[in-house]
Amino acid sequence: MIVYLVRRFGQSLLAIVAMAILVFVGVYAIGNPVDVLINPEASQAEIAATTARLGLDKPLWQQFGIFVWNAAQGDLGTSFVYGRPALEIIVDRLPATMELALVALILSVGLGVPLGVWAGLRPESVAGRTIMGGSILGFSLPNFWQGMLLILVFAVLLGWLPAGGRGETVEVLGMRLSFLTLDGLSHLILPAINLALFKMSLIIRLARANTREVCLQDYVKFARAKGLSGRRVVMVHILKNIMIPVVTIIGLELGSMVAFAIVTETVFAWPGMGKLLIDSINLLDRPVIVAYLMLTVLIIVTINLVVDVIYSLLDPRIRLSEVKG
Amino acid sequence: MTKLLEIEGLQTHFFTRDGVAKAVDGVSLSLDRGEILGLVGESGSGKSVTGFSILGLVDPPGRVVGGRIVFDGADLVAGGERMMRGLRGRRIAMIFQDPMMTLNPVLRIDTQMIETVRAHADVSRAAARERAREALVRVGISSPDERLESYPHQFSGGMRQRVAIAIALLHEPDLIIADEPTTALDVTIQAQILSEVQTLCAEAGTALIWITHDLAVVSGLADRLAVMYAGRIIEAGPTAGIIARPAHPYTKGLIESVPQGKRHGTLLKQIGGMTPSLLHLPRGCKFAPRCPRADAACDPEPPLAEIAAGRGVRCVHPHLEAEESAAS
Repeated sequence: MIVYLVRRFGQSLLAIVAMAILVFVGVYAIGNPVDVLINPEASQAEIAATTARLGLDKPLWQQFGIFVWNAAQGDLGTSFVYGRPALEIIVDRLPATMELALVALILSVGLGVPLGVWAGLRPESVAGRTIMGGSILGFSLPNFWQGMLLILVFAVLLGWLPAGGRGETVEVLGMRLSFLTLDGLSHLILPAINLALFKMSLIIRLARANTREVCLQDYVKFARAKGLSGRRVVMVHILKNIMIPVVTIIGLELGSMVAFAIVTETVFAWPGMGKLLIDSINLLDRPVIVAYLMLTVLIIVTINLVVDVIYSLLDPRIRLSEVKG
Repeated sequence: MTKLLEIEGLQTHFFTRDGVAKAVDGVSLSLDRGEILGLVGESGSGKSVTGFSILGLVDPPGRVVGGRIVFDGADLVAGGERMMRGLRGRRIAMIFQDPMMTLNPVLRIDTQMIETVRAHADVSRAAARERAREALVRVGISSPDERLESYPHQFSGGMRQRVAIAIALLHEPDLIIADEPTTALDVTIQAQILSEVQTLCAEAGTALIWITHDLAVVSGLADRLAVMYAGRIIEAGPTAGIIARPAHPYTKGLIESVPQGKRHGTLLKQIGGMTPSLLHLPRGCKFAPRCPRADAACDPEPPLAEIAAGRGVRCVHPHLEAEESAAS
């Protein structure tokens, strides 16, 4: 297990380095930020001075070297626009996005798995068909449009929930969190639902397909032949088997939820990282873009690492093959 | 003495898109306490479905549509799921064909055994675990404590089948339905399992329905045989009698297709043709299209007629004893 973890950790590190090169070169290619940052009427000397101040006069490999050297010390550069460390700006916004993604994850798993299992156990029933029909809507309607409909129905027509913003927050360990106040929670519900709908539909379909497959296995029949209650068969024998693919998807999707909640954050004016990224791209604020992407890579790689560990906990067969390998 | 199990006119049909498959159509059989019945037939003859019907575990689109299954005085077809759940694993247990598939791959052996004990007995986990341990010892598994902590993939096929048998024996049931439990195993392991099941059942007075396609396996084990074909019993009676003098042409064909030492070097006889599709069964006797003795009298289908004490055959032209001796 430890050998496996070390090896897996090395792979993650490689992925991060590869991504750093890609991101840096990619961002370098999208344009010269000096053109956007300073007054168009500035003199050649001023442009040269700014370029030198930002370190953009050096060749690419040197810029990358400086970037890596600084990054290794936890400094991902200073924002051209805000004049503050890029990482600090992003980390400021991180709790909002994390909070949104986690609530969305809880919603999508908490509802998606039971609904999917239900539909898988009774594929021909009205409930089963309704769940499946609903899930098709869930991932075929565009995300932004779902968001707008949610606002229209719950904020405008019914007036139950606010249409945007973060509401009242509470500071916990230096992070501002919404879900601890009633007002914040009411602001959180709609964007969380919006972000969760697609993932939930995905999980429903995955859980249903796997439930149907597992139900046909002899061990489920054997479990019933042992006289176990239907509840125990479903909650233990079936659920534990379908959780393996579900955990994979959750891992993949949680990463993308944290990193790319951009649409939802834009529709609901949620002050998270996604919105920051869009603003930074518009302003060619290179350090923020690079820092954002690096942080995203780090998050996704970490989540995948965690998922692999959960895997081996769920499936004893994986554990064994690693001991051998 | 009343019978332990009496099945009368059991019909289990599968309602598929292409029509109704009558997997079991009018099966009647009975079983005394402690008796071993061999239920023999080719794939698709309805022998496994008969077993699952007794436990009420026929998967949709299949359904028991007719007949009665009376177990120790209680009608299992009329009794609800609640009653069935109380019987399963406690009074009627089942052993499946493929030991690789019957144990849940992600649960430890102790979990799977303890839950079986606790499904029917109100005992502590520790007590349940002790019973599981004893059951493993009974089926000849060494170092049971260590084995309890293992997962199914750490066991060989024969070991897994032993575990499955141990689970079936946990509540000392009155009846065990064994659905080809040795088919997937090596021959040496087959013989071990066979003799162990026989011993264990004899010790506890457990009745056994041994479902198999292999006459050679069951002939040394069963007290009585019932041969199934296309959802029907076509011949039933004491094992020795049927093996020595099969009356139905199909049974005779089955026995002759088993390799035997004294016929060494000669071609094995086989039954021509294939089992009919359950969706398109022939009229009259279902075996007639493959039967060397068939003629116009084989339609309509004959009933299961008694030709000797405890000996039934569903044939218009059975191989009778008198005829056999006249020929020889």
